[in-house]
Amino acid sequence: MDSAILVSILLSIVSASTPLLLAATGELVTERSGLLNLGVEGMMLVGSVVGFAVTYSTGSALLGVVAAALGGAAMALVFSFLTLTLLANQVATGLALTIFGIGLAAMMGAGFVGHPVPKLPGLHIPGLSELPVVGPLLFGQDALVYFSFLALFGTTWFLFHTHGGLVLRAVGDSHDAAHAIGYPVIRIRYAAALFGGAMSGLAGAYLSLSYTPMWAEDMTAGRGWIALALVVFATWRPGRLLLGAYLFGGITILQFHVQTLGIGVPAQLVSMLPYLATIVVLCIISTDRGRIRLNAPACLGRPFHAAG
Amino acid sequence: MVRGWPMHLEIVARGERSKLWTYLSPVLAIVLTLVTAAILFLLLGKDPMTALKVMWLDPLLTKRGFAELFVKGAPLVLIAVGLALGFRANVWNIGAEGQFIMGAIFASGVALAFHDVTAWPVWLAMIPAGILGGAFWGAIPAFLKLRFNANEILTSLMLTYVATLILLYLVVGPWKDPEGYGFPQSRMFGDSANSPRVIPGTRIHVGVFAALAVVGIGWFVLSKSLLGFKLKVLGHAPRAAAYAGFSTGQLTWLSLLVGGGLAGLAGMFEVAGPIGQLTPALPTGYGFTAIIVAFLGRLHPVGVLFGGLVLALSYLGGEKAQILLGLPAAVTKINQGILLFYLLACDLFIRYRLRLVVPGRKAA
Amino acid sequence: MGGAGGVGSAESPVVRSDSNADQPLLSLRGIGKTFPGCIANEAIDLDLWPGEIHALLGENGAGKSTLVKIIYGVLKPDAGEIRWQGRPVALANPAQARALGIGMVFQHFSLFEALTVTENIALGLTDPSQRRDLRHRIVAIADAYGLPLDPDRVVHDLSVGERQRIEIVRCLLQDPRLLIMDEPTSVLTPQEAERLFATLRRLAAEGCAILYISHKLDEIRALCERATILRQGRVVATCDPRIEDSRYLAELMIGAELAAPSHGRRPDFDAATRLVVAHLTRASDQQFGTDLHDITFDVRAGEILGIGGIAGNGQSELMAVLSGEVLADRSERITLDGQPVGRVGPDGRRACGACFVPEERNDHGAVREMTLAENAFLSGHRRRNLARRGIIDRLRTLLFAGEVVSDFDVRTSGPKAEARSLSGGNLQKFIVGREILQRPGVLVVAQPTWGVDAGAAADIHQALLNLADTGAAIVIISQDLDELMMLSDRIAVIAGGRLSPPRPVGEVSVAEIGLLMGGVHGSRVAHAS
Repeated sequence: MDSAILVSILLSIVSASTPLLLAATGELVTERSGLLNLGVEGMMLVGSVVGFAVTYSTGSALLGVVAAALGGAAMALVFSFLTLTLLANQVATGLALTIFGIGLAAMMGAGFVGHPVPKLPGLHIPGLSELPVVGPLLFGQDALVYFSFLALFGTTWFLFHTHGGLVLRAVGDSHDAAHAIGYPVIRIRYAAALFGGAMSGLAGAYLSLSYTPMWAEDMTAGRGWIALALVVFATWRPGRLLLGAYLFGGITILQFHVQTLGIGVPAQLVSMLPYLATIVVLCIISTDRGRIRLNAPACLGRPFHAAG
Repeated sequence: MVRGWPMHLEIVARGERSKLWTYLSPVLAIVLTLVTAAILFLLLGKDPMTALKVMWLDPLLTKRGFAELFVKGAPLVLIAVGLALGFRANVWNIGAEGQFIMGAIFASGVALAFHDVTAWPVWLAMIPAGILGGAFWGAIPAFLKLRFNANEILTSLMLTYVATLILLYLVVGPWKDPEGYGFPQSRMFGDSANSPRVIPGTRIHVGVFAALAVVGIGWFVLSKSLLGFKLKVLGHAPRAAAYAGFSTGQLTWLSLLVGGGLAGLAGMFEVAGPIGQLTPALPTGYGFTAIIVAFLGRLHPVGVLFGGLVLALSYLGGEKAQILLGLPAAVTKINQGILLFYLLACDLFIRYRLRLVVPGRKAA
Repeated sequence: MGGAGGVGSAESPVVRSDSNADQPLLSLRGIGKTFPGCIANEAIDLDLWPGEIHALLGENGAGKSTLVKIIYGVLKPDAGEIRWQGRPVALANPAQARALGIGMVFQHFSLFEALTVTENIALGLTDPSQRRDLRHRIVAIADAYGLPLDPDRVVHDLSVGERQRIEIVRCLLQDPRLLIMDEPTSVLTPQEAERLFATLRRLAAEGCAILYISHKLDEIRALCERATILRQGRVVATCDPRIEDSRYLAELMIGAELAAPSHGRRPDFDAATRLVVAHLTRASDQQFGTDLHDITFDVRAGEILGIGGIAGNGQSELMAVLSGEVLADRSERITLDGQPVGRVGPDGRRACGACFVPEERNDHGAVREMTLAENAFLSGHRRRNLARRGIIDRLRTLLFAGEVVSDFDVRTSGPKAEARSLSGGNLQKFIVGREILQRPGVLVVAQPTWGVDAGAAADIHQALLNLADTGAAIVIISQDLDELMMLSDRIAVIAGGRLSPPRPVGEVSVAEIGLLMGGVHGSRVAHAS
């Protein structure tokens, strides 16, 4: 295969994988604290529209990205307040967050549909970025791509090499025991949820500022839900998240190439691939019940109310 | 809960669940949603009172409008009754939208296959086809959950995307109307494939009465039958269900088959009634809105009936507001999301009460 | 992740003075604590001196746990004063208590199953400087006090005794001035308990005060110099348990003299065998469960078989297989009145005459969120015909629930009260009553009186004996050895998923049972502990 085609395929895989990696990293931290936030899709959508609107209005992509993170975090705050302070059912609240997010994003974005913004600028290191194949791949990406890796490695380091990470895992494993020792379970979960929201917001911003550089209704197209499935796929370990995100990014891209190859399979059927793959992968991972139980945070989805 | 505050509210568990708040919570949630909507309209530069009137009152004032409430409410109620049974048993079928679409597709298949037949059995045959389509789509997550332990929330949702793509494929491919000027939609169904209208001058069709019947059956199952009891026990305490000898597998199958079947039936009535053909515009989020209906109706079939009417009104009001006030269509969805937020928040009072903590009563 | 580091911030800056033998280390004056619907502590006074082992004695529900949670800062008292070395202190949270030098070993360990021993201990250390070089310090302390512990193992692989050692080492690492032990021996074999006592005596000799909570009189008389006795939330006496006799202590603790259950029958060895379990082997479905190996026993009509053992040795797995919640590999493994039922679920076994009381009341034996009537229906609908053609017979259900409530003296507002509104003892009486009133031919009961007050326990014991007198075969799985010795005709011990051969109660000593509990019966040792 021509190296230019290869590079373009690899680049497109990176850009399809990055939003998944960002959102799933955030959700992984949230779930590790014992909180199940099914509203990733909604938080991503709000992030995508906020990021786009701010970038479009101010001309500053940096401001847009920061605003997207804040937007996602604000959504997560709503979720946390309902589930942590008001003890609402986490599954139902997550769904409400998604329904609300779809509506909110559609309303906020109504005036922006069809307007383009400049794509997030890629890194340019003279000499390195021009190298064949590795140049554009390693030294020509935009900031959010590098950040997605940084966030993943930072999360791994935080979770397994710091006391704060140990406490977060402990809260997810047994909130009662953590509370008995005196750790502020609720505050820790708020923090984890806000991080998850901010990461979802960034994932959304990546879609509207880099992946397509424009905004459209429901542009996440289920990626938030796929990110949720990726956390299960990774059995709550960050290392495997990278593999999962790039696997799914690859499948998404494969879909486009099957279409261009003109094999004669209808486009709609090929578009089902990522969703069907999600189902298949979920089945393969979940079928080992022991492994899921061993790795899933024991308090995932369970409400916590300190008596007394 | 927060230390060091001069005076604050503390959340205290109640000894027993509050019956009063079970019913008061949705009412309060609706009131709070209206207040929030008024503020939202103000921010959008509309007169809040006019906007509220247009959205929540005007649709009820004409006979036709009032009838539309039931036409819109019927699919919501049909789907939500099925979801409520499942949610009771902690079976989280989130993919009712996909099951709705599959029901519509199966029913359309029958209608298109017998397009030239003018006898009423065509319509009759579409009913089981719709139920079958939805139940089939609901059976997949049930099978995957029981066989592979795969989370039904994610699988049923992924299947919704798949169903939408199947619908798209059909209307641009094999089922595309040859005389449709290239529009992606099927032929209009024959008259024999349309639900009989019941009340002249309105669009009220047989589906509305089917929804009412399902409410009655659902109520009976849930409150009188052993089956309903099993679902409730499974939802409250899976270990107690195992102790009693109630089969989780059987109840999971049942929840998803019934939920899917009813969603499929709703899809069938939608294509055979108001729409009359298969179009890409079929998925309007009824399957997701029905989740709100189920919660608003306290997962109780009779409550679902009221919840369905409230949410149907929000659709009608949203359309009116779009036309008359130029409000964006998304306002409907936002309102629905906010309603569910408030409802979940107000449900706090069912199990807990607030206690004002006044400083000065310091311990030790 | 700013919230994660916030634990240490609430500590009060207390400077430790040298221990002063002229004043108590800790003194409580007038402590009171009320929960909705119950007064847990009322006007409690208590002094603890350095170097003493002080018993806090009382029945379940007497308020012992509430009191120590107040001392450890978990609960805030509604009234009263706490003084530490003469200075009034307000303990807002456990971190403050630890900063003063108070350590606590809970009855139910606050451990994190998925984390290692070292990680668990690190979580309990508030001061980051204490976490430095932790692994080595754990090994050093463990060696010094004779508490063998591997710092790198994950908690879910450890035995209960090892888990308790983690808690103790965690406390010892902080040089406690006061160590609170909440019912520490309830999960230990007699031999493990002896080892614990040696550690505690050594700590006391080094000047540490120990508050020892228990309701076991023998061990308190062997270990403690002073005892404070609680009843219904109040202090009823403070005395030297070594000079008072057990009977006097028991009466103080219980309040009224209790009638011993009448045991007026002799086992009839010619009676028909009603329950047979033969070579039952089954791997546990649970992640940290115990596999069952070759379980064999039978129970005759009118006989009570007691199955003892330390928690977590296969009791819950055995109960699940007996009740049908988990199926055996072959039908012949379990027979009820000659009928093979190993592959039949709970409902089918009920139809064959068996009834079950699981160990856990809440959301296993009964649904907390449902009414007593619904809970009566839960397991009773088969044998009491409470449903016809799939329709619930509401009237019969209410009548049945009412019958249970009145026959078993369940204190409640009526059959329409939610199960969660009942106290633990009352709910247990309801569940036991619900099963007994179904007139089972075989009854399997796990922990019939766990967490139940003495009066209710006596009622439940009597009801079980009465049922046996009607010709039912009964299996009692319990960790309470006294209970088993009192009720059983024969007794067996489960350890590491293996059941010792049942032996008549009169022919076996407590020491022998202790050895069996430790897994010493010819086969491998269950948990290396």
